[in-house]
Amino acid sequence: MPSYLTNLFGRSPVRPLQEHMTKVYACVTQLTPLFEALVANDQEKIKEVRQDISAMESEADELKWELRNHLPTGLFMPVDRRDLLEVLQMQDKIANQAQDIAGLIIGRRMTLPEQMHESFLVYGRRVVDACKQALKVINELDELVETGFRGAEVERVQDMINELNAIENDTDKLQIKLRDMLFELEDTLRPTDVMFTYRLLESVGNVADLSQRVGSRLQLLLAR
Amino acid sequence: MDQISIYIILAAVFGLLMAWGIGANDVANAMATSVGSKAITVYQAIFIAAIFEFAGAYLAGGSVTSTIRKGIVDSLYFADNPDLLVFGMLASLLSAGIWLFIASRNGWPVSTTHTIVGAIVGFAAVGVGMDAVKWGKVGTIVMSWIVSPLLAGTIALMIFRSIQRLILDTDKPLDNARKYGPVYIFAVVFVIAMLTMKKGLKHLSLDISTGESFVYAIAVAFVFAIIGVFLVRRVKVDPDADLNFHYANVEKVFAVLMVFTASAMAFAHGSNDVANAIGPVAAVVSTVTTGGVLQKSVLPTWVLLLGGGGIVFGLATYGFKVMKTVGQKITELTPSRGFAAELSAASTVVLASFTGLPVSTTHTLVGAVLGVGLARGIAALNMRVVGNIFMSWVVTLPAGAIMSIMFFYMLKGIFAP
Repeated sequence: MPSYLTNLFGRSPVRPLQEHMTKVYACVTQLTPLFEALVANDQEKIKEVRQDISAMESEADELKWELRNHLPTGLFMPVDRRDLLEVLQMQDKIANQAQDIAGLIIGRRMTLPEQMHESFLVYGRRVVDACKQALKVINELDELVETGFRGAEVERVQDMINELNAIENDTDKLQIKLRDMLFELEDTLRPTDVMFTYRLLESVGNVADLSQRVGSRLQLLLAR
Repeated sequence: MDQISIYIILAAVFGLLMAWGIGANDVANAMATSVGSKAITVYQAIFIAAIFEFAGAYLAGGSVTSTIRKGIVDSLYFADNPDLLVFGMLASLLSAGIWLFIASRNGWPVSTTHTIVGAIVGFAAVGVGMDAVKWGKVGTIVMSWIVSPLLAGTIALMIFRSIQRLILDTDKPLDNARKYGPVYIFAVVFVIAMLTMKKGLKHLSLDISTGESFVYAIAVAFVFAIIGVFLVRRVKVDPDADLNFHYANVEKVFAVLMVFTASAMAFAHGSNDVANAIGPVAAVVSTVTTGGVLQKSVLPTWVLLLGGGGIVFGLATYGFKVMKTVGQKITELTPSRGFAAELSAASTVVLASFTGLPVSTTHTLVGAVLGVGLARGIAALNMRVVGNIFMSWVVTLPAGAIMSIMFFYMLKGIFAP
């Protein structure tokens, strides 16, 4: 004989959203070993990492569906339901992007010109940094609920989002640098390879870009 | 056995049953936010509830009891045949008890108060005559059912905003929680002490003027605030706890403060809801012992004791089970929210108790929780439950009324053919 007051309190979407982002970040961190293997031209390792990424991506997918199913329309939340679902969708896209990158590298049996190796690894790490920062921002959501989305905590999150924007900016600059390098090398490479290398650079950049958008979606939640 | 003794015994048994039902189920709802936020354990909650439900019922249950006893029906109308009032009140108790039993079996969000008021209005209007009901007073009571959740919601919103302002949204929330915590304790104790002395202690025949009660209330509140200062200081700060959730230690302070609001909540519930069980008993007892319907009969102390004791008995035999499920099922409520909700709900209900208005404690608490939710303080609230509560209004009033009309004619047939 349960008391009906218990049912008044719905399941908070905050923890599931954070768990999803944690999984997404775990997936994105695999880009670092993937890129190291790419640079070392270690096909075995690339395949192995791709499998890890795929596995984590589908785990993240499951978390996503679970959260969606547990977010009925009758809930009254401090954040708009649609905004929340958009944050989730954005997070989900990050994992998809990581999976696409792995697929692209394997599908094209890609290699990188040696001159680009070092900068590319720096670029990759910075992109992972962006995702890490997005996770940090999402992890502040429970504190935001605690403070009722006001005061010192909001400023702290604002600072984190600014930091995230700065990291994304870095990745943009690194991407431009790498594109310049590739442009210089274009004539010495197979044209199709060149095309897909441009696409790789862009896809990697997208991970940072999407991470930034997770941050800016969250900023929308703050300002209701 | 003579007729009078039979009536009194029946009234006492039905009243005890009703009080048992309130203790078994309703108390768990009143304590839900305390237990759900894990501020206090289930056993502590039972302990607090037992003491303060009884204290609230005994010290401050008089006004609402008198409303249920003689505020809803027009006593003059029964002057010629007081038997009808006896049958009606017995029927109301019985039907309310049965309806509550059915409702809590099925988990329907039914209010004890609505049930008993519906039952009394039912037997009087249909069994006796439309003029037997004081419709003006009933109108006021129904209004109070709308006003009390709204008022509690507004107060909760303001209290939560003040908590944000003074504590949560500052750079040093922990220091501020310790600083302002005792101030909140002062406020809780002052409200309750003031109202108890002002209106509740009548039957203990203490004569205190308003000025005196004001001074005493301040003194009592001050003592508790000092105790609060010591309790809050004793809260152990665990720096590791703040790594994951930066407000873990602040919430520990609120958990201490919640012991006070939980007590206030139990007191408020006792002061308002005991009347649902003993109001009709008191009506029966005063009618049969004086042989007529007297407006100015005193509420016998044993009736208050019966109600308070019955609630504690229900709590001890069944209520603790319900409370355990409540503790397990509510997982997303932190003490600061529970604190704001309880403080406002308890204040609203205590205020209603002293104006003699029978309100629904649980509905008031729901209103308070929604108020905190409006301040963006709670991660997810299930609005369907709120909808169900309003639906249950629509069902409870006629259900209580129809059953009480049935029982009224049955009792009339048995005792006065």
